Amino acid sequence: MTATETPRAPTGAIVEARGIHKHFGTLHVLKGVDLDVAERELVFVIGPSGSGKSTLLRCLNRLEEPSAGTITVDGINLLDPRTDLNHARQRIGMVFQSFNLYPHMTALGNVTLALRKVAGKTRAEAEEIGQSALARVGLADRAGHMPGQLSGGQQQRVAIARAIALEPRVMLFDEPTSALDPELVGSVLGVMRSLRESGMTMVVVSHEMGFARAAADRVVFMDDGLIVEQGTPAHVFEAPRHERTRAFISQIQRH
Amino acid sequence: MNGWDRFVETFFNARVLARYWPDIIDGLWVTIALALAIIATGLTSGLALALIRSAGIRVLNWAIIFVVDLFRALPPLVIIVLIYFGLPSVDIAPSGFVSTWISLALVLMAFSEEIFWAGLTSIPRGQWEAARSTGLTFGQTLMNVVLPQALRITIPPLTNRTIAITKGTALGSVVAVTEILGQASSAVSNSYNPSPLTLGAAAYLVLFLPVVILGRWVETKFAWKR
Repeated sequence: MTATETPRAPTGAIVEARGIHKHFGTLHVLKGVDLDVAERELVFVIGPSGSGKSTLLRCLNRLEEPSAGTITVDGINLLDPRTDLNHARQRIGMVFQSFNLYPHMTALGNVTLALRKVAGKTRAEAEEIGQSALARVGLADRAGHMPGQLSGGQQQRVAIARAIALEPRVMLFDEPTSALDPELVGSVLGVMRSLRESGMTMVVVSHEMGFARAAADRVVFMDDGLIVEQGTPAHVFEAPRHERTRAFISQIQRH
Repeated sequence: MNGWDRFVETFFNARVLARYWPDIIDGLWVTIALALAIIATGLTSGLALALIRSAGIRVLNWAIIFVVDLFRALPPLVIIVLIYFGLPSVDIAPSGFVSTWISLALVLMAFSEEIFWAGLTSIPRGQWEAARSTGLTFGQTLMNVVLPQALRITIPPLTNRTIAITKGTALGSVVAVTEILGQASSAVSNSYNPSPLTLGAAAYLVLFLPVVILGRWVETKFAWKR
């Protein structure tokens, strides 16, 4: 119990986001968010829909362009125009709600594309790495399958393999289980848990509170474009300080 | 002579058919050459325009949309006649073959650009995001992830449109191209009998029916499980 009581001491931040603002037209989605993620830390981001949590996550690999602020990932200034963004993105894995596998490629083809085109591996090297990445998510025997022949849970695990094959320094998960049938959620969470145990730094936007309790170092609650409250899962779930956090927690726990 | 005999005499006159079928074969080769030239240049330039358009450079896109709309709106025969009879006044005198080729290639370019563009934009944004998040560049994502998917979607409409425009090679007969219809028309004038037109129609069937059937096959072949 004591292990989850206090956030683990930072061993050096992998992600440092400061003063992040994001406007979509007249909509002010992020209103000055600071988020540091330490090495090997699992940060779990919760909040009502429209709170800006997915936008924040997407800013961390610049799929969304922040309107203001600074983001450093693994020492690279992500918003510097001189930064080679494509190079930096190899170090930032991302997993999407809708999997986004390439439907015209096999599972192995999905995993090896960036290895060959970005990391400069030969086809043989890429396939070896790809096979072991698929093995890590328990799908070594599905390498030759097309995404359409896989279940949702298997597709999401291939998507995770596609990201970890590049050996990222941090993994971003954007509601990775929200599009899954309930019986398939467990397999994806299992893979995420084993990733976490292997020491991967992770930022997870999700509603899987059970997973957050079991695996998160820190829970961040966002509302209306700001971080309202953060702390250990025990703190945020059992003894939230803010009224908005309490309201949100009680709402999701009723379901 | 009863009606049936007159019909056969008019459209299937054995003497005229025997006399003029080599001319129709000559025309068939011209039509094939013209069609291949139109398809190769029209589809390549249409795809090139769609790819350029996907880069999202506003001024360039306005220019592309203007050109595309222009050649989709103009009747192909008008373009052919403008080039064939208009350009000589500025001391460029393209042959009928070249005039027809350029005109129909421009029309095919315009229509195929729209089809390729529709295919490219129909690929979900998540495909771009997934690829870019692994470090692939815009160009790598376009060529490896988006275009292969877009091409499969575009094959049915592209096949139909390509056949429709390529059949327009018959318009070349207006500017003295000796393709199938041109040969058939001269044969009709020389023989005072429409039977060569029957031969011409048969030649078009020989040429385009396999293409139509091929298009159908390609359509099913290129479908893949989602």
